[in-house]
Amino acid sequence: MGRRFSLFNLTAVALGLAFLYLPILILVIYSFNASRLVTVWGGWSLRWYHELLNDGPMLEATRNSLAIAFCSATIATVLGTLAAFALTRLGRFRGRLPFVAMIYAPLVMPEVITGLSLLLFFVAINLDRGFLTVMIAHATLTLCFVTVVVQSRLVSFDRTLEEAAMDLGCPPVRTFLIVTLPLIAPAVVAGFLLAFSLSLDDLVIASFTTGPGATTLPIRIYSEVRLGVKPEINAICTIFITIVAIVVIVASILTRRADGQAA
Amino acid sequence: MNDRPARRRSSGEWLIAALPYLWLIAFFFVPFLIVLKISLSQAAFAQPPYTPVLDLTAGLAGLRDFLHGLSLSTYALLASDDLYLLSYLKSLQIALVSTAILALLGLPLAYGMARAPRRIQPVLLMLVILPFWTSFLIRVYSWINILQRDGLLNDALLALGIISEPTTWLASDTAVYIGIVYSYLPFMVLPLYATLQKLDDTLLEAAADLGCPRWKAFFLVTLPLALPGLAAGALLCFIPIVGEFVIPDLLGGSRTAMIGQTLWTEFFANRDWPVASAIAVVLLLVIVAPIAFFESLQAREIERR
Repeated sequence: MGRRFSLFNLTAVALGLAFLYLPILILVIYSFNASRLVTVWGGWSLRWYHELLNDGPMLEATRNSLAIAFCSATIATVLGTLAAFALTRLGRFRGRLPFVAMIYAPLVMPEVITGLSLLLFFVAINLDRGFLTVMIAHATLTLCFVTVVVQSRLVSFDRTLEEAAMDLGCPPVRTFLIVTLPLIAPAVVAGFLLAFSLSLDDLVIASFTTGPGATTLPIRIYSEVRLGVKPEINAICTIFITIVAIVVIVASILTRRADGQAA
Repeated sequence: MNDRPARRRSSGEWLIAALPYLWLIAFFFVPFLIVLKISLSQAAFAQPPYTPVLDLTAGLAGLRDFLHGLSLSTYALLASDDLYLLSYLKSLQIALVSTAILALLGLPLAYGMARAPRRIQPVLLMLVILPFWTSFLIRVYSWINILQRDGLLNDALLALGIISEPTTWLASDTAVYIGIVYSYLPFMVLPLYATLQKLDDTLLEAAADLGCPRWKAFFLVTLPLALPGLAAGALLCFIPIVGEFVIPDLLGGSRTAMIGQTLWTEFFANRDWPVASAIAVVLLLVIVAPIAFFESLQAREIERR
């Protein structure tokens, strides 16, 4: 269909995208500013990236964040995929309604409530706060996102392929591994990436559930930002944005290619 | 589902549901019960800082003492102090106004995207989603760069001669609105785009053939058909905004705190766990109301079909 942009639509889209990207663009440009004064342009420089390399606490927070994001996203992917299977394949089972409610509730629950309740829980069971508690909290938070993504794939899934394998004598576990899993893999990977980036991004829940030695990157950035804008923060944000952009673009290309094969 | 021959469920299939089920009960449901319990307790100078504490070693007597110790006094405190009521109202006000602004900005953007040439639609969609993946904190922070006293917004306005001296943008409701609208725009645009994209072109052509001007067709044809997307987008924005903490904390002023900030202060600064828990319980009730309303709307919609 040879649809063309009308002037109004073009303006709306252009202004909308400019609004979304301008602040980020400014932040990226200013991360290369040679001047210490954030508002004065002193020419291009990589100075703040060099300083980052010597910022011990910031590097440690980055390591913590990546480790927590990886572990929690792995747990969330396994549990979230299982939950998606339970919802699409088991039909009506006893206790389905509370299960569905518990899966969707974290999607809309304000973070302050989730964070508070998990912290009070960890205190009640006497679990020392640190890496483990943040990981559990993030896995719980992101599980539902994985479920939603995988479930949408399972709904449009052609079950005759599985049935064919089973009819030919393939045991269920093997069928799952060689037929089902490759077919839903793009959704599982997308779910993992979503969980990973949500965990990397979370400030509120991590602040509630963290303990000594488990300061995450957002907590670190937040405590710095409260003191004002700093060029180093612009630099670390730029690195962060670049990594996320690359991951998202790669992920979407992978999913589109997989969808193309399925169709 | 029903035409499938009834198959006996093997025990393995139950495990599929059991694992995530147990995880959610342990780390989502039980923690919430604890919040409910602590909201019925009183603050105390102790560790943990509230009474009564359930003493399981004392057996039934301990349980009885515990139940006797529970009371609604914390909720009475919430109701008696203006601070909390104002905080809830502030949150609702900010959530309502910013959801309205989001709808006004999101509609033309989503409409423009849905009417764009088909070939470039996936690219536009990608461009709207991409900022959603970058850190929330970074996106809020990027506005501090712009809004601070010697920031770019003031520089630009001064250079254009619109203002004669720098204006204070940060630490105000305006800054909070800007931050919220910026952060939540994708949440509003995506459901709107999803409904508008499915819109049948022939309906608009019919309207045009019958002599309806385009702006009128928008209000008479497009907007009513986009309502489900608008409702979904509004809900997706309104609910998290009510409980928002980061944006008002970084961009807002100190005059009236949103309820998320009040909860945070009660917990971290005042160490008053019962009050923080009670705030959370009431906040949850405030949020459940629009969801229930939306659900009933949808149920009516399905019945009508």
